[in-house]
Amino acid sequence: MKDRSALIATGSEWTFDHLDALDRACAAHARRYRLDTFPNQIELITSEQMLDAYSAVGLPVNYHHWSFGKEFLANQKGYQSGEQGLAYEIVINSNPCISYLMENNSLAMQALVIAHACYGHNSFFKGNYLFRQWTQPEAILDYMVFARNYVAECEELYGYDQVERTLDALHALREHGVDRYKRPGKLDSLRERKEQAKRLQAAQERMRQSEYYSLLPQATEAVSTERVFPEQPEENLLYFIEKHAPRLEPWQRELTRIVRKIAQYFYPQRQTKVMNEGWATFWHHRILNDMYDHDQIDEGVLLECMHSHTNVISQRQFGQFNPYALGFAMFTDIRRVCEHPTDEDREFLPGVAGRDWLEVLHDAMQNYRDESFILQFLSPRLLRDFKLMHIHTDEADDAWEVMQTASSEGFEKVRRELAANHRMELYLPEVSVVRYRHDHDRSLLLRHQPYQGKQLNPALAEKTLAHLRYLWGYSVALESVDPSGAVLHRFSAD
Amino acid sequence: MTSVIIDRRPQQGKSSANRQRVLRRLNRVLKAQVDDLVGKRKLADLDNGAEVTVGKLDVSEPSFRIDQGTGVSDRVLPGNDRYRVGDRLPKPDGSGEGGGPGNGSDAGDGDAEEDNFRFMLSREEFLNLLFDDLALPELVRKELTDVVDRKFRRGGIVRHGNPGNMSVLRTFRASIGRRVAAASSIQDDLDRVEYLQGDAQEIADQTLAMDLALQADAVRRRATQVPFIDPVDLRHRSLIEVDAPRTAAAMFCLMDVSGSMTELRKDLAKRFFTLLYLFLRRKYENVELVFIRHTEVAEEVDEQTFFHHPQSGGTRVLAALEKMKEIIEARFPPSRYNIFGAQASDGDSMGMDPIQSRTFLTERLLPLSRYFVYAETNEYAQTNTALWNAYAAIDHAGFNMAAVANRSEVYPALVKLFERERRGASNG
Repeated sequence: MKDRSALIATGSEWTFDHLDALDRACAAHARRYRLDTFPNQIELITSEQMLDAYSAVGLPVNYHHWSFGKEFLANQKGYQSGEQGLAYEIVINSNPCISYLMENNSLAMQALVIAHACYGHNSFFKGNYLFRQWTQPEAILDYMVFARNYVAECEELYGYDQVERTLDALHALREHGVDRYKRPGKLDSLRERKEQAKRLQAAQERMRQSEYYSLLPQATEAVSTERVFPEQPEENLLYFIEKHAPRLEPWQRELTRIVRKIAQYFYPQRQTKVMNEGWATFWHHRILNDMYDHDQIDEGVLLECMHSHTNVISQRQFGQFNPYALGFAMFTDIRRVCEHPTDEDREFLPGVAGRDWLEVLHDAMQNYRDESFILQFLSPRLLRDFKLMHIHTDEADDAWEVMQTASSEGFEKVRRELAANHRMELYLPEVSVVRYRHDHDRSLLLRHQPYQGKQLNPALAEKTLAHLRYLWGYSVALESVDPSGAVLHRFSAD
Repeated sequence: MTSVIIDRRPQQGKSSANRQRVLRRLNRVLKAQVDDLVGKRKLADLDNGAEVTVGKLDVSEPSFRIDQGTGVSDRVLPGNDRYRVGDRLPKPDGSGEGGGPGNGSDAGDGDAEEDNFRFMLSREEFLNLLFDDLALPELVRKELTDVVDRKFRRGGIVRHGNPGNMSVLRTFRASIGRRVAAASSIQDDLDRVEYLQGDAQEIADQTLAMDLALQADAVRRRATQVPFIDPVDLRHRSLIEVDAPRTAAAMFCLMDVSGSMTELRKDLAKRFFTLLYLFLRRKYENVELVFIRHTEVAEEVDEQTFFHHPQSGGTRVLAALEKMKEIIEARFPPSRYNIFGAQASDGDSMGMDPIQSRTFLTERLLPLSRYFVYAETNEYAQTNTALWNAYAAIDHAGFNMAAVANRSEVYPALVKLFERERRGASNG
């Protein structure tokens, strides 16, 4: 007979006291594993509020824009027609770390999501180097309130249409609002408000100068080619627009800045999906089992959790990788390699085999992103377990060719390809500003450097360029160039 | 480090501002759909919301995207249990997208945004779009979109409420009762202590006597602490909201369906009838619709036939008016129904018919009706047709007529009726 005195709850109904007790239990187990977290703020929400949270891209506060309403309607329809379920939780990288839990989760699900979000994701947000560098969890909520109020103010002063038009254009470019190689400045809504006045004044000054400029006779092509500006290609398009767009109103510059700052906040998320989900899944699995071992939950609750856990980590054959499945498998495997290494592991993962597993896990979580994580930690055994195969094709070929399989030689090559599959360049085209003819016709030239010869979708490129044209105020062009510098495609908006 | 648990559920959703922005953006597209629905739907169904479909293009959000079908592609896929090195897997036909087994999930990255975007318009949103070109004043628009009339009526006495509704009498009564109850319990205690004091005196116990004296003081002090009015005494008159009683109405739609009534004229007529119907629906619990179409002869038809089946022939208005009277007498006794007549015609009428119609209307129909409105749906806004000239001589408070040449003139045709009815309601 088991000791039932430690049991927190049983059955499927939960109360706030249960949640409190579950949270304390999770916290105690998490401490044993040295999971360092922001304080948790757990919020119980309805399905309607969950849809809200979806549409505001997971932020508790956001400015108003029709695209968020569209997102809401699409999700609502999917949800109401039963085509799509809703997440059990959403967690926000803020300090305190806000987790939204759905009210209709069962007791077991609440236990799972508390362990998953409040201790798994939360510790990842606090520990991982990308999040540490690119996000300011202390400031984000204040900043979002500032952004919402500022946008509302602009709507009042300049009209819905103007603001909508500007935000539409900025949203088209929002994925190009990050300096990938520079650490961003601190987010601070108070300072932001103070410096806003200064920036607006400077912008006004620039406007005046540029008006004055336009009175001068136009320079001819021959004189204007001496100095290239910017000296280095600028990949942060939104930054370039904010600082240099000749015709932008001061408030539009502010909106540019807001969209840029928010985009930057989400920058780490896409590069750490496998790790972040894997880490959270690994820890909910560990913590729930520990809670069972300590008789804090009973078999019923544990079984329901494990049933859900199994669904979460299912992997479709030949499908897109499920980040939960891959991440969970990798963290579990790292522990195995630490504790029970085989000769093969010693050969391929020398830095891991035989070390203290918790230390290695923390090190992996803190210092890697998906691409480097896979490159560093995927073991030959996982390659076989997942039955990986590497296929290759090019544009002219009418078929994919199988290059490697789990049973063939060349484990490291497959691992390299899998890591490369998680590179940003694969889905985010490299577009940068290469020339701004500020002393001539003020036209702007962008360059796209295709990754592995992959071209831009021409229809979307034209439309996006039209948005850029609106912001810039003068003609803009985009050239896709091959490595030798030859122009492959040219798009323009005059 | 402790966690905070917050119940957010009672808070309202935040999506409405964004929803309004979607509707605003889609205004033109939605209007076209609403127009289309007005053509297709029955009058009575117009009072509901509607599902609308919007092409993806209207709500697309472009950005620079990579065309995954181009260039060199390397993919690592899980679950391979059948292919060996060197096997070739044909790309699926037609799509330039990645292809290969299991690559379909990348399709979302491209521009495969063909499927439509659908959502429900609420009743209010639907009616607002419908009224947009009818140039309805805000007040009327609000009245029409409001769900039902609400009235307050007394609902007895309750403990909680607005200080303005406090019932002084009932509060005092409660206060007296409480004070009497409190006083009697204090008196009981006092009696007990005094009785014991008597005992103490008898046995000459000094300590007990002192103790009892203190107790007696405490009880007497308690008596002074009973408040005159305590929050538990408060009583408030309660007002409860109830649906205002509404009675029945019969609305007669009379329309000339002879050859000269074009689709455009019928569309104007339908909007005219719709607006009247929605107005009456709000005022009366029960609105019966009767559709009478006429050429030379008049007949009662269903709505579908009324709006969509053209007929040819001459025009005799009198026939329709006679039909209306016949139906009123048979089915809608004016003692139980408020009778509303709405006539739409392009004004064509021959010979004696206009004059006879006027006479019949003034002498026979108007005495039975609460209101009769004639709309001349004629895109040239000519107002010297035979029928117009004949009707123009009618001088009756329950009659109105207007020329409706475009949608924005539908409301002015009904404005007098609306004003009259509203006045009537506020008096009643």
